[in-house]
Amino acid sequence: MLTFIIATAIKVVFFVVLFGLTLSAILTWMERRQSAMMQDRLGPVRANIGKVRLWGLLHPLADALKLVVKEDFRPPHAYRALYVLAPMLALLPALLVFAVIPFGPPVCIDQLGAALADVGGMCKPDQLHYLQIANLDIGLLFVFGIASLGVYGAVLAGWSSNNNYALLGGLRAAAQMLSYEVTMGMAVMGIFLVYGSLEPMSIVEQQSTMLDWGIVKQPLGFILFFFAAIAETKRAPFDIPEGESEIVGYFVEYSGTRFMVFYLGEFIEIVFVGTLITTLYLGGWQFPGLASDGFHSFFGFNVNWLMPHWAVVALQMGAFVTKVFIVCFFQLAIRWTLPRLRYDQLMALGWKGLLPASIFNVVLTAAVMLALQSVK
Amino acid sequence: MAKVVSIKRTLWDALYLPSIIKGLGITLRHFFVNTFTSREIETLRYGEWDLPDYKDNPAKPEGWRGKKKTRDLPDRHRGLHRLMKRPDGSARCTACMMCATVCPANCIHIEAGEREDATSRDIEKYPATFVIDELVCVVCGLCVEACPCDALRMDSQQMMKPVAHRDDAVQQKDQLMSRGATSIAVDGGAGADWRNEYARLGDARQIYRPDRSFSDDPIGYRIRNTDSK
Repeated sequence: MLTFIIATAIKVVFFVVLFGLTLSAILTWMERRQSAMMQDRLGPVRANIGKVRLWGLLHPLADALKLVVKEDFRPPHAYRALYVLAPMLALLPALLVFAVIPFGPPVCIDQLGAALADVGGMCKPDQLHYLQIANLDIGLLFVFGIASLGVYGAVLAGWSSNNNYALLGGLRAAAQMLSYEVTMGMAVMGIFLVYGSLEPMSIVEQQSTMLDWGIVKQPLGFILFFFAAIAETKRAPFDIPEGESEIVGYFVEYSGTRFMVFYLGEFIEIVFVGTLITTLYLGGWQFPGLASDGFHSFFGFNVNWLMPHWAVVALQMGAFVTKVFIVCFFQLAIRWTLPRLRYDQLMALGWKGLLPASIFNVVLTAAVMLALQSVK
Repeated sequence: MAKVVSIKRTLWDALYLPSIIKGLGITLRHFFVNTFTSREIETLRYGEWDLPDYKDNPAKPEGWRGKKKTRDLPDRHRGLHRLMKRPDGSARCTACMMCATVCPANCIHIEAGEREDATSRDIEKYPATFVIDELVCVVCGLCVEACPCDALRMDSQQMMKPVAHRDDAVQQKDQLMSRGATSIAVDGGAGADWRNEYARLGDARQIYRPDRSFSDDPIGYRIRNTDSK
């Protein structure tokens, strides 16, 4: 029991704090710098400690420092309890969903030096650890259940601020998130059908070669899921709830640390969407061609490079981080490429475009699966 | 009469995906070009230092001075105000209140004084106090245009520096005059219009450029002979 608690604590610290929070902090800088590069500007480069400038990478640190020491202002007309609760409700689901995402292969602690052809079979059960905080059978259902709680943060923030603009922003956020959640759920149905499991670790293990990746088996589902996920994170082109410069949003009355929590929550959601898309569609921690004891084929060539267990684990975790980073990069790139949708266009796209398409995807996937089964 | 133009939209267009990919191609091309070469970046870094991509830029930007790495303000840059001087060192200002009147921000406050020793040919009024609140100033330059005596200028080539206390941003007469220089215009605005004089002499800025002594300021702006762009 104690081992379990310690192992879980290490996983939480590594995955949520060192990976999730750090990457989302870096993304706040990356979004500004990347957009600047796309628009032929320089972006934030000035934050420095002495002579150390790091291309502006210290900006998240400076931002956090500034926002934390800012006055903790609470508007007198706000509904106090919910006003304080709303940022937490916005941040908490975004952090909780990391629990079921596998960020690495199963690890055999006492045989790290050996080359293991079959980790599950060759390892003693008490030495086998899953690089996943919680190995839930209902994994993806848990993800969607918790992620849909995020809407409470937006709605309560808008309502408790007692500000008409914030209330309308909260309403828009609720309408948008509910609409696109449907598409997201339907798009993922295809993945359930293909891999026959709700457990992310098992979904990833089935994507062992690149031809088994979700993006190959579910190209339409991938596109639908990607767009619905961007809408869920409330970012351009779906930033109707809150557009930085033009649209007053649900957290207009927030400042200081509470604003930071909303802001950070948004970027954690980007990381979360990145991990989810990586897990479902891009093979999770699978390194192309890498089996659990090394490379047997390397981009079509037959090789036999045996590697120790720890090197395989490190490579696969590196592959996971790289894939997540690339997905996050594309999320930022899309945000700075596409113009914002009008509200009616947003609703029309969600209900008349993406939802029928996702239902079509489910039906098509089911038909193909049935046909393949009857052929066998 | 409005003419209805119907655009034929194929299924390919209605999918939007090709357009999205095309758009992503454009933005990503800019991103990678700027990340690896920084050659399309338009940002001018005034008075800035040795950023790596700036240093490695083969086409040195205008105003490049080797190790100093300062970029100059254009000559016509409207900066901090300054009060011009007469040959005897007193202010050219005659406290006519034209600048204070025209100022849209109402940031100029002048109290006129009377010269006790003035003879009948001298100008009797002078500014006892001349205060400009640079925080209120909108840097429109109307005061300079309103001045009939070439007494007030904004070509000091200095920017307003950040201050810790608001009072420090209120420029007093001695501060304004410390940046001053002697003007060629006839004292008190008498005689020919000094603007025409300048036009007759050609590029006034070449001849009557501000003192270089005051421009040596810690932020690092320097005066140059030509507009930088």
